Amino acid sequence: MTTQEILFYAFAALAVVSALGMVLNLRNTVAAAMSLVVTMVSLAGIYVLLEAHLVAAIQIMVYGGAIVVLFLFVVMLLNLRADEFAPGRQWLTKLAAGLVVFAAGAELIRLLSGELPEPGELPPGFGGYRMVGISLYTDYVLLVEMASLLLLAAIVGALILAKRRID
Amino acid sequence: MVPLEHVIGLSALLFVIGVAGVAIRRNLIVVLMSIELMLNAVNLAFVGFNRLWPGTAEAPRLDGQVFVLMVITVAAAEVAVGLGIVISMFRNRDSVNLEDVSLLKW
Repeated sequence: MTTQEILFYAFAALAVVSALGMVLNLRNTVAAAMSLVVTMVSLAGIYVLLEAHLVAAIQIMVYGGAIVVLFLFVVMLLNLRADEFAPGRQWLTKLAAGLVVFAAGAELIRLLSGELPEPGELPPGFGGYRMVGISLYTDYVLLVEMASLLLLAAIVGALILAKRRID
Repeated sequence: MVPLEHVIGLSALLFVIGVAGVAIRRNLIVVLMSIELMLNAVNLAFVGFNRLWPGTAEAPRLDGQVFVLMVITVAAAEVAVGLGIVISMFRNRDSVNLEDVSLLKW
């Protein structure tokens, strides 16, 4: 077992455990958001192992930084009480639904556990900012423009939705 | 070398955990977090398959990683709008419980 494999399995176990901790944590929404940070950061570690360095950096900046902080802002702004996080009335049926979904997922994993072809030889500089940037601003320049439009619409939408009264 | 079969399996497992979170939780904020988890699982599959077919030195292919950046953009926009909805819902209903907003439920 190489160092990369050990690191991969460690990050994978951390990601799964913290994701389960987020979903199954019924008491504290702040703790759920913290579990989400752990999942994001371990996924960034896996991205580095998969030679996606720029994506790993952006994952930590955007997900670990901006998005989770936004979640924490809202949780603390609303000052949520603990009793609102009790499981639902029909929790047994919901648990059954969750188990069915889990079984479907296990089947998916089994289907995908066949052999994949060997990964190709890495081009030099693969996954660095230079190569991703060249791809982003030549082949996908229209996508960048669409992303800017989407972010503008999101800013306006969030402002309108969170405003108390629209004059 | 990271075993790519297990990367895809981890991606599927994280996606299923996200689906289960959406199905069993009633707290709207945790449901939004579970949606984020599902988007991350898909990103992991994109990066894994991009590692599988990285192209050649003359023509490198980074389509998977570019799409991950786009998914992150969409996720950021979705969180901003979703949390705006959470705030206005809390203002109107004084709750973030999904069972309190069943007006459109058939």
